[in-house]
This record gives sequence, C-alpha cells and structure tokens, in this order.
Amino acid sequence: MTTASTQAASTRTDALVIDGVEFGSRLIMGTGGAPSLDGLGAALLASGTELTTVAMRRYSPTETGSLFQLLVDHGIRVLPNTAGCFTAKDAVMTAELAREALETDWVKLEVIADEQTLLPDAVELVDATEKLVDRGFKVFAYTNDDPVLALRLENLGATAVMPLGAPIGTGLGILNPHNIELIVSRASVPVVLDAGIGTASDAALAMELGCDAVLLATAVTRAQNPVQMGEAFKHAVIAGRLAKQAGRIPRREHALASSAMEGRAEFL
Amino acid sequence: MNIKLNGADHTLSDDASVTTLVSHITGRVVDSSGQAADGRKIGVAVARNSEVVPRSQWAATALAEGDELEIVTAVQGG
Repeated sequence: MTTASTQAASTRTDALVIDGVEFGSRLIMGTGGAPSLDGLGAALLASGTELTTVAMRRYSPTETGSLFQLLVDHGIRVLPNTAGCFTAKDAVMTAELAREALETDWVKLEVIADEQTLLPDAVELVDATEKLVDRGFKVFAYTNDDPVLALRLENLGATAVMPLGAPIGTGLGILNPHNIELIVSRASVPVVLDAGIGTASDAALAMELGCDAVLLATAVTRAQNPVQMGEAFKHAVIAGRLAKQAGRIPRREHALASSAMEGRAEFL
Repeated sequence: MNIKLNGADHTLSDDASVTTLVSHITGRVVDSSGQAADGRKIGVAVARNSEVVPRSQWAATALAEGDELEIVTAVQGG
C-alpha cells in the first residue's frame, strides 16, 4: 500500500540536477529588493530555496552583516549574477570577480540592452556566453523567451537557459506560454523560468509548462508579507511540478459529465 | 603612496600589498593564501588596474603609486 509518507518520499527523489549538483527545491530565489538582511533570511528559509542569486558591487565597510556569510550559514548555494552589465566585456569581468570572491564558477549571465526594458541584448549575450564557457564558467543564461536564441545558447555550452516570463520586476507573469513550452520541448539543459513572476500561480504555470525550476526575487522580497509569500511559492512550484508529471486532462470544446446518466431516478 | 580605491582617493604605506589593503578595508586578518584567518569566508575579489588579482596572488602583489583598485563583494540582487 502506498502511504502518504512514501508518496512524500518519492517526490523528494525528484531532484533538480544542475551541473551534477542536486537540489531538492526547484525554487531559485533572487535576493534583490529586500529591505533588511534579517527579513531576507527569514523569507529565504520560508521559501525552502537551496540556490540564490547575488549581485557583485563595490565593498562598503559601513555595510552591516555579510550577505555571503548569511547564505553560507543557511547552507544555501550562491549563484552570482552579472546584473547591471550592458556589454559582454563588462559581464566577463564581473563573472571573473564573482568567481574569485565567492569561489564558484557558476554565473547567472545577464547582459541588458537598456534600463527601460531591462531586456537581454541577444548579440552581447551570445558573445558573453561563448567567452565565459571558454574560460570554464558554468553559464546560466538569462535570455528572451525566444526558442531560437535559447537553443543557440545551449549549443554554445550554456549549463542552463533562463527565459524570461515578462520583463524584470514587472510581475506580469508569463506573457508567452507557448514560447516557453517550445523552449522546454527542445532543450536538453535545465530550463529555468526567470523574471516577471508576480504571484504563486505564475510559478505553478511555469512548472506546468515543463520548466525545470523557477527563479524569482521581488515577487517575494517586495510582497507585503515576504515570509508568507516565500512559503506560497514553495508550494506553487511543488504543485506545478506534480501537475505536469501527473498529466492534465485535455481541453475540450463542450462539457463532459463526470456522473453517469444511466440509473437516474424518474420523477413525474 | 596614493591609490584609487573604489573610485575614491586612498593613502597606504609604501610597502602595501593587496593583502595589506584587503585586511585594512575589511578589518580581517588575511593569511598568505588569501583566506581570512578566522576561518569564515571573506567574500571579496580585487581588480588592480582592471585586471583581476587571484586570491593566491594577493600577498605577492605589491601596490604602486597611482594604482586603481576595485574591491567587490556579494550584495542583494536578482
């Protein structure tokens, strides 16, 4: 007999594997937008995340507490990003600094076209991916929801592709679910839905579309109750993953009764 | 000697190395391998005149008048 506890155990073996590293949680949290380190730590713990992104900036002696140390203390792996870079050259330099500072060759590659859209610049992104792969980095490429570009990045050696749901910080959800499905169907590296997530149902949808994981930050850190929202996303990602694996019913034009018509009582 | 550190003027003793600077700025004792002596992660990287100085080279890298140094660390970010 399958009991509730053996069911739970079987879902735990459904690990996300990236570059040979196993993660029990398929929720990757960004750390941006939190007003304090204490609040951030509590939200991260509530979300159950095992991998979080950080940005690289000038060291300030007046800053209290170390974000890196907080993550190390909580056993959360760090994924440095190249946020704020507009060129491949800047992104490569930032990745090199991150590798030295945080002792990881993983990098979330962000090469942004302009500050208004914060959309990836495809040309610089391709160039930077090539250069970083050459230098031995494991590149998590933040990309447009473009199936052609996603495949190109994978072929250049990206470790994971991370298509956006909507522009960074908009909370608009997944604007082109069809493209996300297409990216997933052709990828042989992990696909992480990144950016645009507004609330829990967006993350569940990403998983239902077949994404391997979801990355979000401000949806939690700027929620009115970040700890509760972190917990909501933990469940949303699990629910979406289970639903995808369970196999949904097909959509139909017309209604289909679930109660049998035969054997009804007859009334005058 | 006078250097630029993260865009601002900074004065150091003439025999300063990258280790001296990192130790001075972070208030941590840094060993010859570029790790903090207290065993906790120091979590910074150094670029000197736009070249990354590997942690293992901090002690052997002497600074010179007019050098431009950047010291960066992890901060909150998506």
